[in-house]
Amino acid sequence: MIPTAFDYRRATSVAEALALLQEGGPEAKLLAGGHSLIPMMKQRLAEPGLLIDIGGLDELRGIEEQDDGDIAIGAAMTHAEIAASELLRAQAPIVAETAAAIGDAQVRNRGTIGGSLAHADPGADLPAVMVALDATIAILGPNGDRQVAAEDFFQDILTVDLEEGEIVTGVCFAPCRSAAYAKLEQRASKFALVGVAAALTLDGGSCSSARVAVTGASSHAQRLGGVEDALAGASLPDGAASAAAGAGDGLEFVNEDLHGSEGYRRAMTAVFARRAIEAAAGRG
Amino acid sequence: MTTVDGPVLPKLIGERVKRREDPRLIQGQATYVDDIKLPGMLHLAFKRSDIAHGIIQSIDTSAAEAMEGVELVITGAELAEHLGPMPIGTPFPAPDHYSVATDRVRYVGEPVAVVVAEDRYLARDAADAIEVEYEELPAVVDPEAAMEPGSTTLHEGFERNIAVESYWGGTGVNPETAQPEDDSAVDAAFAEADVVVTQRMLNQRLAPNAMEPRGVVAHYEPGREYLTVWSATQNPHILRTLVAALMGLGEHQVRAVAPEVGGGFGCKINIYGEEYAAAALSRLVKAPVKWIEDRTEAFLTTTHGRDLLGYIDLAAKSDGTITGLKARIIADIGAYEVLLTAMIPTLTGLMMNGVYRLPVVRHELTEVFTNKTPTDAYRGAGRPEGLYFLERAVDMLARELDMDPGEIRRKNFVPADEFPFATQGGLVYDSGNYEPCLDKALEVADWQGLLAERDAARAEGRIVGVGLAFYVEVCGLGPSAVVPTGGWEHSGVTVERGGKVTATTGASPHGQGNETTFAQMLADHFSIPLEDITILHGDTSVVKQGIGTFGSRSQAVGGAALISAAGKAGDKMKQFAAALMTDQEVSPEDLVFEDGRIQVEGAPEVSKTFAEVADFAYVPVPLPPGMEPGISEEAFFEPENNTYPFGCHISMVEMDRETGETKLLKLIAVDDCGNVINPLIVEGQVHGGLAQGIGQAMFEEVVYDEDGQPVTASFMDYVMPRAADLPTFELDRTVTTTPINPLGAKGVGEAGTIGSTPCVVNAAVDALSPFGVTHIEMPLRPERVWRLIQENGGQS
Repeated sequence: MIPTAFDYRRATSVAEALALLQEGGPEAKLLAGGHSLIPMMKQRLAEPGLLIDIGGLDELRGIEEQDDGDIAIGAAMTHAEIAASELLRAQAPIVAETAAAIGDAQVRNRGTIGGSLAHADPGADLPAVMVALDATIAILGPNGDRQVAAEDFFQDILTVDLEEGEIVTGVCFAPCRSAAYAKLEQRASKFALVGVAAALTLDGGSCSSARVAVTGASSHAQRLGGVEDALAGASLPDGAASAAAGAGDGLEFVNEDLHGSEGYRRAMTAVFARRAIEAAAGRG
Repeated sequence: MTTVDGPVLPKLIGERVKRREDPRLIQGQATYVDDIKLPGMLHLAFKRSDIAHGIIQSIDTSAAEAMEGVELVITGAELAEHLGPMPIGTPFPAPDHYSVATDRVRYVGEPVAVVVAEDRYLARDAADAIEVEYEELPAVVDPEAAMEPGSTTLHEGFERNIAVESYWGGTGVNPETAQPEDDSAVDAAFAEADVVVTQRMLNQRLAPNAMEPRGVVAHYEPGREYLTVWSATQNPHILRTLVAALMGLGEHQVRAVAPEVGGGFGCKINIYGEEYAAAALSRLVKAPVKWIEDRTEAFLTTTHGRDLLGYIDLAAKSDGTITGLKARIIADIGAYEVLLTAMIPTLTGLMMNGVYRLPVVRHELTEVFTNKTPTDAYRGAGRPEGLYFLERAVDMLARELDMDPGEIRRKNFVPADEFPFATQGGLVYDSGNYEPCLDKALEVADWQGLLAERDAARAEGRIVGVGLAFYVEVCGLGPSAVVPTGGWEHSGVTVERGGKVTATTGASPHGQGNETTFAQMLADHFSIPLEDITILHGDTSVVKQGIGTFGSRSQAVGGAALISAAGKAGDKMKQFAAALMTDQEVSPEDLVFEDGRIQVEGAPEVSKTFAEVADFAYVPVPLPPGMEPGISEEAFFEPENNTYPFGCHISMVEMDRETGETKLLKLIAVDDCGNVINPLIVEGQVHGGLAQGIGQAMFEEVVYDEDGQPVTASFMDYVMPRAADLPTFELDRTVTTTPINPLGAKGVGEAGTIGSTPCVVNAAVDALSPFGVTHIEMPLRPERVWRLIQENGGQS
C-alpha cells in the first residue's frame, strides 16, 4: 500500500495539463478524483513518474444544457455532483441514478465521470449508460479536439480510444427520460458484476427503437444488439422478458471470478437487461 | 435525619454511561503505534514470499543495500543468528517457526528478508529491489488432500501434514484421568436411533480485519540494556514475556506498551515475527525502528480465523430427544502453529455440547498444515465453529422431524436445576437457565407472527425463511490451568492526594470500553464521581502485571481483580478515616462510602470527606499504629472456572429468486451474560459481534486458488459487511449470574459472533427448503443461492 516515488503537478488550465502531459511522456498520468489510479499505485500495479492533477479545473466542470438541447457534463464533475443535478434528474434521470449507485459516498465524492470513462474498468457503471445514451466523448489533444461515440470509445479491458497526450474533457448526450440502469453489485467492490443500461424510444405502449448496453459481464461496455433488435416494435413492459431473454448469450467474452462464474453472469445479463428495460418503459 | 452538604451521587453500575474513550478516539486525539515518533527512528519493510511453497535458493540484497538511506538488509537466515524460533503458547508439538523464513517459504506473504531504512517509502522500494530465487514446491491447499499418504509435506516430522490429532468420546470423560469412559456406547446410540442427520459443513476461513492494522516500534537502549516495545497488541504483558525470552533478556529489561489499539478480534493476541524482528533489529542497528502493517500485509500475514471442516452426525429419537453426537473435525491451520493456533480448534469440540444433554459424544479432531496464512483466535475462537456445527445439525433434525426449532431445543436443554453441569467434554457450566431466554427470544421476535409472515410471503411467491439458534459459550479465560500464560488478572488501585483515584488493569482494552466500565465500578465502590477516576492500561511499566484481553475476560476476570484491589484500598481508607475520627470512637467496620464521604452507616454527620481522608493518608500525623502511609493496593484474581453465557438469536431472510441475493430482514438477539455493568457497552459489543457473525454467514471468506495464491487479499474482493447490509438489531437480555466472580458478570465480547451465524444460515435453509435444500455452505454468495434455486428449476 505504498506507491513508488512520483512527481506531482497541479495544472491551472487544460492547456497547461496538455503541455505537462506532452512533457511527461509515457511516465505521466492524469489525476482527477484518483479513486481508480491511487489504489492501483498503492498496490504498485501502476507506477507513474508524474501525476498531473486536473481535478479542480473550472474548464472541466459543469452540467449544462446546450443550445441544441443536448446535455454536456464536464469531465471533472464528481459522481456526487452528477447524482445531485436537478437538470439530469429531470432530463436524463438514468445518469443521476447511476452516479448515485456508484461505490460508496467517499468514492462518489471524489471520483469523476471523466476518470471513470477514461479508466474503463470493466465493472464501471457509467460506460454502459453512456453507450446506451449514444453519448459523445469529448477529447482534447495536442492536435486539437475530437469527438468519439461512446460505443467506439470503449474498446477492451481498461482500453479506450485515447491517444497519449489526450484528455477526456467531457461527455454530451441528448436528453432521454425513458432510460434506466440496473445492476447486480459485486458485493465487495460495489462495481457492477453485471449492469445493463437501456434507453428506449417509446411510442405509446410499444418500443420503436432501443439502445441497450452492458457493463461488468464482459471486457468493456458494449451494446446488446440482439436485445435492441428484439425490442424494436415490442410492446412494453410485457415484451421485456422475451426481448431480454437471450441478452447474455450474445456476449462473446464473459468475465469469471470468485463473485460470479461465466454462466451466472450470462444469466444475470438477461435478468438485469429485463429489469432495466422495465424500469425504462415505466418512465415512458 | 441529619444531612450534609454536597451532591448525591447516583449509582452507576447498570447505567448507560457513554464511553469516556470516544471523544479522543473520534477527534483524532488518540495515540496509536503509528503516532509514535522517536528521534533517529528507522523504518522496516519486509520482503515477502509471492509463492505459496518453495525452497529459497538465493537472495540477492545488493541492489537494496546500494540504495542511499538503507541502513541494513538482512535475510531470515542471517536474522536467525540473533533470534531463535518463535515460542508458542500451547502444549502441542510444533515445527520451528522463525520470525523471517530461513530456508523455505510456506505461505504467500511469509517474510524472507528485512530492510532497515531512513523512511518507510525507501524501505519498501529497497524491499522490492531484493531478488529471491525459489525452487517451487507443490502447494498444499486442500486440508483433506493434505492428509493423504504421499502428499507433499510442509514440515519435516509432521507426516501427512498432521499437526494435532485428538479423540475423545463415550458416555463421558473421567475427570480423574481425562480419558473417555466407554466409546462403544456411541455406536450403540446411533444404531438404536430413530433418526440420524448427517452433514459435511465448512466453517470457512476469515480475515479478522481490525480497523487498525498491526504495528510495532522497538527501541533498544544499549547503555541501559533496556528494550521498549510499542505494539498494537491485545496483551502487552505476554508480549513482554515472550520478547524478553527470545531476546535473551529478563522481563525486568523489557517494557511493552499497547497504546491505543484499533481493534483486535483475537488476531492481536499472537506475538508476531515482525515484533520479534523489530526488537532484534533495534538492538542490531542501535536505533529505534518502526514497522506499520499495510492492508495487503494484513490480509496476507495477520492470522486468519476459523477454517474448520466438520463431518457431523446427530442421532435422535422420533420425539426429538437427542441421543448422540459424532463430530469429525478437520482444522486447516495454515502453514505454522503460532501462539494459540493449535488450541483454538480444541475449543470447538469442547463447546459442541451446546446447551443440551447429550448422552454420548464422539469427537475426532485433526489439525492440518497447509500453505496458507496461519490461523489463530478470531472473535469467538473455536466456539462459533462448534456452535455452528451443532446448531445447524439440530436445525436439520428439527426439519427432519418436522418439529419447531425452538421446541426441539427446549426438549433437549440442560434443565435449570442441573447446574453446575458437567459436559461430555469435561467442562463444568457454571450456571444457566435456558428456557426463560428461549421464551424471551420467541416473544421479542414474535416467533409465531414471523412464521405467519413467512408463510404469507411464500404464498406471494417470495423466498423467505426464519432461523433460530441457541448458543452457550465459554468466557472469562482462565483459569491458569487452561491458559499457558496464566489465567489470572491483575489490578492496582491508588487513592491519590486530593481524593482522586487511579486504577490499573492488566486487561488491556482495544475497544472494549474498560475505561468506562471499570470507572463505573470504582465510582460506585468509593461513591465518588466518575470524573475523579482514571483507568490506566496497556503499559507494563505502569501496570505491574497482567495477562490481557481475549476470551471475553476483561470484566469477568479483570473486573474481579479491580474490585478486589478496590476492596483493599477501601479498607485502608476506612482505617485512616476512623483514625481521623478517634474522638467519636468510630471503628473502620462501621464506615461506608457515601456521596464523596466516608461516614458511619446511617449517620452522615459522623463523616470525613473522601478527599480529607486521602490527604491524611499521605501526611498521616500522627500515623495510626500498625499502618503504613499512603493508599495503593493491588490484587490478582484467579478464577476457579470459566463462565458460560448463553443466548438465543432469531433471524429472517429473503432471497431474490432471480439473482440469489440474500437480504437479512430481521435479527433478534437475546443474550444472557450475567450482570451488566453498562448496557450501552454490552449492546455495542453485541452489535459488533452480530455484524461479524452475520459477516461470516453472508459475506466473508478468505479464498485461495489451487496454487495457494490468495484471491481475496483486498477489500475489492473480501466482502466486509457494511452498515447498509444489516437490519436494525432487536436486542434483549435475561440475567443469570455466575458464582465464579464477585460481579456475577460472565462476559459478552464474543457472544454476537456465536449465535448469529448458525441462526442466519438456518434461516437461509428454511427459505430454500421449498426447493428441497437441506444445507447451504457459507457465505451466502448470490451465485451459490441462485444455483440451488436453479437446480430445482427455479420453482419452489
